[in-house]
Amino acid sequence: MGSLLNKSRPPVFCPGCSHDRITQTLDRAFLNMGLRGEEIVIVSDIGCSGLFDTFFNTHAFHGLHGRALTYATGLKMAQPNLHVIVTMGDGGLGIGGAHVLSACRRNLDLTLLVLNNFNFGMTGGQFSATTPSTAQVGSGFLNRLELPFDVCRVAASAGAAYVRRCSGFTKNLWKEIENAVRFDGFSVLDIWGICPGRYTKRNKLTPQIIEESLAKMPPIKNPVPENQREEYGRHYRNLAAGQKQVSPPKKMTAQFDPIERKRMDVVILGSAGQRIITAGEILCLAGLTAGFQTTQKNEYNITVLRGPSITEVILSPQAIGYTGIERPDVILALSQEGVDHRIGLFDSLDNSVLVLQAPGVSIPSCKAEILQPNFKSQKIKSTDWALAALIVLAKIKRVIHLEMLKTALKYKFRNKIMNSSLDLIERVRAD
Amino acid sequence: MGFCLMEGNEAIAWGAIDSGCRFFAGYPITPATTIFNTMLKLLPPLGGICLQGEDEIASIGYCLGASMGGLKAMTATSGPGISLYSEHISFAIGSEIPIVIVDVQRLGPSTGSATRGADGDIQFLRWGNSGGLPVIVLAPVDVSDCYLLTIKAFNLAEEFRCPVFIASNKEIAMTRENLNMDAVDVPKIIERISPPTGKPFIPFEVPLESRIPYFLPIGGDVIVRQTSSTHGADGYITTDSDEIARVQDRLKTKLTSKVKRFSFHESFLEKDADTLLLTYGITARAARDVYQVCKSSESPISLLILKTLWPVPEELIKEKAKHVQRVVVVEMNLGQYVREIERILPDKTIDFLGQMDGRLISPNQILEALAHG
Repeated sequence: MGSLLNKSRPPVFCPGCSHDRITQTLDRAFLNMGLRGEEIVIVSDIGCSGLFDTFFNTHAFHGLHGRALTYATGLKMAQPNLHVIVTMGDGGLGIGGAHVLSACRRNLDLTLLVLNNFNFGMTGGQFSATTPSTAQVGSGFLNRLELPFDVCRVAASAGAAYVRRCSGFTKNLWKEIENAVRFDGFSVLDIWGICPGRYTKRNKLTPQIIEESLAKMPPIKNPVPENQREEYGRHYRNLAAGQKQVSPPKKMTAQFDPIERKRMDVVILGSAGQRIITAGEILCLAGLTAGFQTTQKNEYNITVLRGPSITEVILSPQAIGYTGIERPDVILALSQEGVDHRIGLFDSLDNSVLVLQAPGVSIPSCKAEILQPNFKSQKIKSTDWALAALIVLAKIKRVIHLEMLKTALKYKFRNKIMNSSLDLIERVRAD
Repeated sequence: MGFCLMEGNEAIAWGAIDSGCRFFAGYPITPATTIFNTMLKLLPPLGGICLQGEDEIASIGYCLGASMGGLKAMTATSGPGISLYSEHISFAIGSEIPIVIVDVQRLGPSTGSATRGADGDIQFLRWGNSGGLPVIVLAPVDVSDCYLLTIKAFNLAEEFRCPVFIASNKEIAMTRENLNMDAVDVPKIIERISPPTGKPFIPFEVPLESRIPYFLPIGGDVIVRQTSSTHGADGYITTDSDEIARVQDRLKTKLTSKVKRFSFHESFLEKDADTLLLTYGITARAARDVYQVCKSSESPISLLILKTLWPVPEELIKEKAKHVQRVVVVEMNLGQYVREIERILPDKTIDFLGQMDGRLISPNQILEALAHG
């Protein structure tokens, strides 16, 4: 097995840049592992670390700043046998912080090589997430205001299973890289290096100083004992294999004659938590049982269990265009906030319109026929009023009849909910 | 015959599955979340992958990785998320990564109103990328379109190696409707084309007869390079201006030269009409009602419903507007696509009706606009 270095594209780093040594050593690690270029993808980030993919005869993926781990994740999930190596600088760590944390939490088998040289080399030596506050950098005094973070401690606390730091100049760097690549899970190798083009022009940093600084860092047990767990990709595939396959939704066949084969527009005015949207769906399904076309347009706020909830259901023998309702045939007025939100609907109702007015709900005076079923005295909870209102409609044979409704309920519900719905049909009275 | 009841978002998920989509990643956002929910039910049992990203940038980033890994990929979001997708949309355009991106539009600007509909991203979808190269945007009208146009979107993304958007709207996405999926006339599913064997693979080399590079997955037996940087056929950075110009031109014309083939639309032309009503998306439903009303009146109108918005199907629009003096453009924003119509039809009177308050534009509003301009 030969070197995977791309002979026609030798590294172009500044003289003395530790990236150059890391490039050569990464090749040695691949060689030592007996890997072929087809078995590896180098996903490179932005800046000088973003050049790495071009130096190797491996699969390559180079993208936007800080996002390398996102592409790596998609690649590894799509190609589980591929060795996915991410090269990222300390700049990428900062801008892609959320992705670093997520990769640590996830434990997908990726190797993150952090080429940590304490500044943005390519753009002029600005400070990064790892620049010491005392350094002289291209961002003026701004780095004096911020603390650098320790990649390894961040990664370990975010759940990374393999976390190491080392010098880019250490003799056994190849072994450090190999161990990280061989680890079955997400591994982070924080490689400290020197940026002669920018950083060491104004700051003293030598391989010796790096060694001394590393020795002073808090030790991290590696692999991180509390973070050992199953590799994400395998775990995902195991859990996914246990999921039940979903069939396309069953079709509802037209099986009944409707009460009248004409278009009917029904508006349900209620509140979140009253199962207004579910009632609308049941009304649509009931319509399908009699061969109607149907639409259900919903309106509610982003809050859950609070605020008005409104559904507009159209049943029609013809294709339905506009899904809004301006001239309803039936209004089910089930909560005050629902009514208030669409108060304008009541302006022009004529006596052909039926309004079902639930207890405690006041409506503007109008010409419509008003029905006031006393759900309270029938001991029906307000969460059941929407379904109860449909039952009333079915019992007085407006819009739907009981067979349509029961068939819709049987399609939608099973077991306990089905039984309680059937029980509700028995209990609800129209008066 | 029977129907099932489905909302637009579910229909998009089924369309994706039936297109062979096996990778989805998304971040929860109303009103797109039910696409994620449905994909999460459908994909894993099929051996597919459905991930929840840590944010929208990650979600589409996963998709780009998976797509280059050989899987058909889709993501879905709404206005705030499509804004975050921007850098990766540019990547997918420039580096020819097939992906379907669903934008379930909600009322903007910014976080706007999560549960109110709008068509406010129509120009953003076209221009929300660095470099300004064209994209394909399809606009469904109803639940059936959500299913069918998703399949067409995958076919276009795979054939042309580009991002394809579905410009949906809360009012389609979360509106339920009867649908018979079996009755939808589904096109043949298109797959990526591998290069002929026996020659070294050059990742962005284009066969003589086409403008689209062959595809091989990263992770296969042949080494593949992908890069977001300006690259030549070999997938390495290039500074050769002539080569750069050739690639940019190819990225543009591979779509614009073929738009006639995918100018999806519905048209209803009346012989005596002097007005063409032109619209797209959810508003087309009200427009259909208006067309019917006018058809039986003394002043019938013609109607053109565009389902391909970008690249602008210019020839189609000119053809359909040939015999009218006036075009009335109606859309759920304060005037976006109307700019294209004004550009294409400088000799016609162009009137505009727009609304941006979360409410649908009603047939009565359109009738009034037709009557008074």
